[in-house]
Amino acid sequence: MGLKAGDVKYIIDRIDAVMEENREYLTELDSAIGDADHGINMSKGFRAVSRKIKDIAVEDIGVILKTVGITLVSTVGGASGPLYGTAFIRAGAEVSGKSEIDINDFAAMLTGAEAGIKMRGRADLGDKTMIDAIEPALDAIKGGIDKGLSCDEILRLAAKSAQDGVEGTKNIQARKGRASYLGERSIGHQDPGATSSYLIFKTIYESVIELENRY
Amino acid sequence: MISMLIVSHSKKIAEGTKEMARQMVSGKVKIEAIGGMEDGRMGTDASQIALAIQKLFSDDGVLVFYDLGSSMMSSEMAIESLPEIMREKVLLVHAPLVEGAVIAAVEISIGKGLHKIKSELEKMKPDKSSW
Repeated sequence: MGLKAGDVKYIIDRIDAVMEENREYLTELDSAIGDADHGINMSKGFRAVSRKIKDIAVEDIGVILKTVGITLVSTVGGASGPLYGTAFIRAGAEVSGKSEIDINDFAAMLTGAEAGIKMRGRADLGDKTMIDAIEPALDAIKGGIDKGLSCDEILRLAAKSAQDGVEGTKNIQARKGRASYLGERSIGHQDPGATSSYLIFKTIYESVIELENRY
Repeated sequence: MISMLIVSHSKKIAEGTKEMARQMVSGKVKIEAIGGMEDGRMGTDASQIALAIQKLFSDDGVLVFYDLGSSMMSSEMAIESLPEIMREKVLLVHAPLVEGAVIAAVEISIGKGLHKIKSELEKMKPDKSSW
């Protein structure tokens, strides 16, 4: 893979665009079982992130990711602010000082990010949260590295596993967040947080393919 | 004297709770309210919460109250971001927001200690019949 600071910034810009494109969709999912703000919050947050990272001229990917996290914490507003914020800050800490990252770094970043989300949100697999997309994706990445698969294939499988995880959230009851107040009525609805996590994995996969074709 | 910070997703809830708690102590206890985002959306911003705590801070400490959604996580992040010397005197109180804040204001005004107020409030099950 071998992503440099500029590539990471490009992927983050793409995530901003994808959140904007999916603003209504995420809000619609959230209006069924939550407070109908996930789409607007994510797009506000990543729009602020995009503006912020444009101004930072550093090669250290750890610093870029930390900046993303801090910006999300103060601009998203809803619970996804501290959660995604913590995730990016932790991911950044894993690659502090690095100006280029590979798939092994990505696995380490994601391991840190997931631990951070679980700590901050006190959530686990099966609670109908973003963890239900992130954990299967992380497992796919670790499994793919062990099997020696290509980076593209690993990222494709990660996105696919996250998507399957999102599908799975339809069948379970929410145990965290605003949706948990609905009890059994949350069953049958797809989790908005897991959906935005899947969109991020999908965007990372597509952007990496795009970057490879460009070089 | 101990001061208090009210954190809510909603600016109106934060302001209203502050007003209600202040009424009980004739403005003697320092109370601040943080709620909503700069652009008017509901939500919480950990950096704003951290700033508010720093402004309220004295050696007697700060009690932080919160309600739903991101307000607990943002408050936790704000407290974690404080200098260590402040951190141990800023306590997040896991109690119902309105009742907790009103009772805490009274307890502070009669001179109870920081940890004592927190532990008593966390045992509290608000008696809704006593109005």
